[in-house]
Amino acid sequence: MDNLILLNIIILGLIALIAAIVLYFVSKKFSVSEDPRIDQTEALLPGANCGACGKAGCHDFATSCVKADAKSFSNLYCPVGGAKVMEKVATFLGFTAAQREPTVAVLRCQGTCQNAPEKINYIGIKSCRLANKTFIGRSGCPTGCLRFGDCVSVCKFGALHIDEKLGIPVVDEDKCTSCGACVNMCPRQLFEIRPKGTNGNRVYVACRNTQKGAQARKNCTAACIGCMKCTKINPEIKVENNLSYIPTTVSADEFGAELVKNCPTGAIVCTKPSVKDK
Amino acid sequence: MSAIKTFSIGGIHPDKHKITTDSPIREAGLPEYVYIPVKQHIGAPAKILVQKGDKVKVGTLIADADGIVSADVHSSVSGEVTKVEDIEGEFGWLETMITVKVEGDEFEPSIDRSQDVSKDIPYTAGEIVQIIREAGIVGMGGAGYPTPIKETVPFEKKPDFLILNGIECEPFLTADDRLMVERAEQIIIGAKIINKVLGIQNAIIAIDENKPNAIETLTNISRRYVGVNVQVCATKYPQGGEKQLIQAITGREVPPGKLPLDVGCLVQNVGTVYAIYEAVMKHKPLFERVVTVSGDACAKPGNYLVRVGTPASFLIEQCGGITEDVDQVVFGGPMMGTSAVNINAPITKLTSGILLLSKELTRHPAETACIRCGKCVDVCPMGLRPFAIACSVRDGFYDELKPLHVADCIECGCCSYICPAKIPLLDYCKLGKYELKKSK
Repeated sequence: MDNLILLNIIILGLIALIAAIVLYFVSKKFSVSEDPRIDQTEALLPGANCGACGKAGCHDFATSCVKADAKSFSNLYCPVGGAKVMEKVATFLGFTAAQREPTVAVLRCQGTCQNAPEKINYIGIKSCRLANKTFIGRSGCPTGCLRFGDCVSVCKFGALHIDEKLGIPVVDEDKCTSCGACVNMCPRQLFEIRPKGTNGNRVYVACRNTQKGAQARKNCTAACIGCMKCTKINPEIKVENNLSYIPTTVSADEFGAELVKNCPTGAIVCTKPSVKDK
Repeated sequence: MSAIKTFSIGGIHPDKHKITTDSPIREAGLPEYVYIPVKQHIGAPAKILVQKGDKVKVGTLIADADGIVSADVHSSVSGEVTKVEDIEGEFGWLETMITVKVEGDEFEPSIDRSQDVSKDIPYTAGEIVQIIREAGIVGMGGAGYPTPIKETVPFEKKPDFLILNGIECEPFLTADDRLMVERAEQIIIGAKIINKVLGIQNAIIAIDENKPNAIETLTNISRRYVGVNVQVCATKYPQGGEKQLIQAITGREVPPGKLPLDVGCLVQNVGTVYAIYEAVMKHKPLFERVVTVSGDACAKPGNYLVRVGTPASFLIEQCGGITEDVDQVVFGGPMMGTSAVNINAPITKLTSGILLLSKELTRHPAETACIRCGKCVDVCPMGLRPFAIACSVRDGFYDELKPLHVADCIECGCCSYICPAKIPLLDYCKLGKYELKKSK
């Protein structure tokens, strides 16, 4: 009986030894040498694998960073980690980090349950993408938010939620990394990545409706009617197809409050309109 | 008559509800205004040729085809053009429509309005295709594919089968059924016209088993025409799907991404064939079609000959109007149609039916968990796995959609119909198709 146990141990031990030797030689022969800095750089990154940088994932981004020279490094930017992470990566690799303005996703629609009440009943799976294929939307606005929250399900950082009272998604500025997942998901292209602005003050048109004024107002009280008033305040603002667009070069601190005050429908949103008054 | 044929995989047997089988086609009459959309086909919208204030007659060309995949649009009434602007369509989207105020009923002089059946085809193949193009004929089964493109086949791809689709497998709809009973001879002559274009000698009229009147009439008349045969098909949904019909009749399978022509078949709806007859023999462009108004909440169901552009509400009013029972108004059939947002939307060349359905038929039970019974796989006529598609769509694994062949889905709705867990599988398949398209 003792012999049997001993025999087992010896046989298994021999197998293990042979396997170990084989593995040793195989790993020597087929080893792939990788720059150890890639793994170390990757450790500095957020590790969300979201693809917001334009690379396949964090590892791919780290590889690009290590392979980059001083010039091409300035083109690499991790929007999730932001300036802090890029500073760390740059110091580690001996580059200087490029300065970029922090950005955030904004919803260009104010079709809330109050502004654009539901007129049409919808039965079916609660998906914006499918609803957009099927019909015009519950409020009757052809460009407005469909309120089923496909964007919420795609946000990896929990920065979006459907507000219970408003019915439309709300962006949590602190959590949003401007990775752009919601921009790609929204079937009506309602999200836009915009600079956060100084002290988080930014101004934009929260509407995408290109219908004529009366038609647009019929479905939503906060629709842009293309009245051109904003273009008189700042000539950089352009109105095309009855829809105004405020370029990011328009300073929110300088014009924000005035634009909001003069917009007849409230389609223009300024996050901190009182800054100038102080 | 040969044995009854059907397609080999999948299919369901929904309740037929063919309550209007015996009601003859009636003229729907003229509304006060008609709204004619300039896009009643797939492809580019037609170019508008008229302006506000222009006088038009029945059959006047009002919009010209823009490009190859497009179709002409003709006025369906006589009167004055009052507006050319964007008007809300059946799903709420704004569509460019030409509004005509109806004044009298004056036809273009070239249109032959006599009822006699003309039998001799005085044109060459090239001339016929040109006539079909000028008549603005599109596939009236629902897809709206411009017919002249189907007819102009390259020489090396000459089909050996011309199949006339008289299946009409959707419940409630009887428009094609009535057309086959009342205009049987015209349809057969229409088939002969297409034969002449294609340079072949045979035509098979496929009819569903549940249309005994149409089968009898067409069989009797087809004896007088060489090469025209009636083929009875089993009553099964979706027998009228193009790929299913080809498989049932010829045994050939249309490979994914290919056209019926690649397997030597050409399928035309009987409604389209009748329109071809009228265009070639009577010089009448496509400006009216047969529409079934039916549904369990419809007081006076029937089949109507309707001018294109007539508001659906005008037609519904004639059939008893919207009563309290009506829960949804569906454009098209109950299986593939979509419930309309706006019932003032016009009837187009593609509207085969308007259904007023009660709560009983439109109820939408809550979705429960999949029990893996595999019924959706059994009934899928394309041999797909709807439950697997639904899983990958729900969990966001869009890479798996391509190997699941979601692009081959014909959106017949068999899977949603049969699912005991009430999962809206068709919705997921549609979403999967959208995601697959986006990732390309």
